[in-house]
Amino acid sequence: MKKKIGLIFLSVLLVAASLSGCASKETAGGDDEEVIKIGVFEPMTGSSAAGGEMTVEGIKLANETRSEVLGKKVELVIVDNKSDKVEAANAASRLIEKDKVVAIIGSYSSSLSMAAGDIVKNARVPAVGCSPTNPLVTLNNDYYFRVCFIDPFQGTVMANYAFNDLGAKKAAIIQDVQQDYSVGLSKYFIDSFKKLTGDDNSIVGITSYNTGDQDFSAQLTNVKGLNPDVIFAPGNYGECALLIKQARDLGINVPILGGDTWEAPEFIDIGGTAVEGAVFSTHFTSEAPVTELSKTFLSDYEAKYKKEANAFAALGYDAYMVILDAIERANSTDSIKIKENIATTKDFVGATGTITLDTNGDAVKSAVIKKVDGGKFVYLTTVEPN
Amino acid sequence: MNILQHITNGISLGSLYALIAIGYTMVYGILRLINFAHGDIFMLGAYITYYGVLFTPIPWWIVFILAAVVTGIIGLLLEKLAYKPLRGSPRITILISAIGASFFLENLGIVVFGGRPKAFPTPDVFNKVINIRGVSTGLVTFIIPIVTVLLLIALTYFITKTKTGMAMRALSKDYETASLMGININRIISITFFIGSFLAAVGGIMWGIKFPQLMPLMGVMPGLKCFIAAVIGGIGNITGAVIGGFILGLGEILLVALLPGLTGYRDAFAFVLLILILLIKPTGLMGEKIAEKV
Repeated sequence: MKKKIGLIFLSVLLVAASLSGCASKETAGGDDEEVIKIGVFEPMTGSSAAGGEMTVEGIKLANETRSEVLGKKVELVIVDNKSDKVEAANAASRLIEKDKVVAIIGSYSSSLSMAAGDIVKNARVPAVGCSPTNPLVTLNNDYYFRVCFIDPFQGTVMANYAFNDLGAKKAAIIQDVQQDYSVGLSKYFIDSFKKLTGDDNSIVGITSYNTGDQDFSAQLTNVKGLNPDVIFAPGNYGECALLIKQARDLGINVPILGGDTWEAPEFIDIGGTAVEGAVFSTHFTSEAPVTELSKTFLSDYEAKYKKEANAFAALGYDAYMVILDAIERANSTDSIKIKENIATTKDFVGATGTITLDTNGDAVKSAVIKKVDGGKFVYLTTVEPN
Repeated sequence: MNILQHITNGISLGSLYALIAIGYTMVYGILRLINFAHGDIFMLGAYITYYGVLFTPIPWWIVFILAAVVTGIIGLLLEKLAYKPLRGSPRITILISAIGASFFLENLGIVVFGGRPKAFPTPDVFNKVINIRGVSTGLVTFIIPIVTVLLLIALTYFITKTKTGMAMRALSKDYETASLMGININRIISITFFIGSFLAAVGGIMWGIKFPQLMPLMGVMPGLKCFIAAVIGGIGNITGAVIGGFILGLGEILLVALLPGLTGYRDAFAFVLLILILLIKPTGLMGEKIAEKV
């Protein structure tokens, strides 16, 4: 009897282990010569899980929409990087060495993308990030590209919003010191806000926390004592939703602003009524489609997933389309040729707008400002790059 | 006024640690087994409550009790599957089995519940904010210490005054002699695990109310920290675990509040405290004073 129970337990364990195996092949491919493999490394578990999952939904949709290039089938190899920098580097190595992918898509979170930076550079396999916004992701790396705007722009947009629209004169920063995204975006916000107010003391305080923290009461109590007009807190949707909830519980009633990572349904679910009025910048809105492809993307997405589309899915969709466009123009599946053609992407019409990559491999695009209102993300305005 | 607010925050967090540490320390006290899966049982308790509140018509307070009972039964089954077959083995074998059980539950959580976080369905009553002379805090800050103290009293009563409790103490003193005295070892161990997991679930529910973000790995850090709290208090000692929890919670908050530059070392603080206590007073604060362990 004991043995039997042991066996049952062991078999359950094995089943679970095989189910939780991190890679899944999306389309059954035939001969290796006949399929083109594109690797995807995104966080499907951990603190950035929602962002990664939304992105993958968009990539899968793009793969269904356009499943062939150069007469060959395109196969996605999706790997979970677990929101962990070490896992992200391993995932990228695995895609290149084991799965022999010709190009890589990913990852949500700048830190995770940067972890794979040297790996793709040394292996000479191009990577296209969907939403990592920190400038360092592509800087000095010819093999890393992205289809989104970067944080110097995003930080300026939010500083402008705080200064012009909210009339704020004093701002406090609450940043996640483990995320390059959060620290970088805070820095650009600070620079820009100081310039706008013309006052070096306009930033009344910078406080920090770590990814995965749940309790922010100590930091928030200190911030409350500084009496800021506005709080800028870029970071993961989960931590920030808890942070805002605790801020409201502590009686902090000033507006709280953030960045594109806040756009996840979990942000509203976890934050509840506390996150009402939270304002953030993002990449795309379904309320103002910008191109013909936006409309196709929106209707396809809603048909497939039965829910409203989001910026990350749209960026995942675009990253895939940009790579396929480059493969087509290269007329080759050689990674170096693909890289050269991604670099010359110009006026490519994607779901999130027209994409032209600059010399760093960054897209120059407009930003969208959204606000949480009535338990939904509501579109406020679009800010053009200058 | 700020310092009062910080202390309130610290007590609020500390009482939560204390609540989870009680279950940890109780299982250790009786079986000399560090149940590393305790944090994951805590996670299961929170998820079961989530599904119970959202997908059944049962009122939330009944769901809370039912979820704790169901989690208790899961803990009991875990003992039967992962620990009982190894009962005669060296302690290290059971310890490794506990670590294995912990990883199993975490990965099972990812497969069953998904990697994306879920929002804990906090009943509206708990969302109330109370403001006393500038010190502002959620109602839950008052509820958690009350629950902790009530459970502490109930548990102490159970262990010192009831027959089953007496059997538990006998078991913790001398396993073999106890079995020779006609104590049904299997039953007592099952009850111990049931209570331990029940307490973990109560901790999970309270945690969910305070930090309404459920993730399959949410039990890892609290599990470790509450283990530390239990060691600080003297592992095996229930009152010690509560004191350890408060020390840890207050310490963390005051570290971040008074030395903002050290925020990044918040989790490290807990582990440094663990190392210090093991070096200076390995038996913990309450370990020696009260000879009677539970």
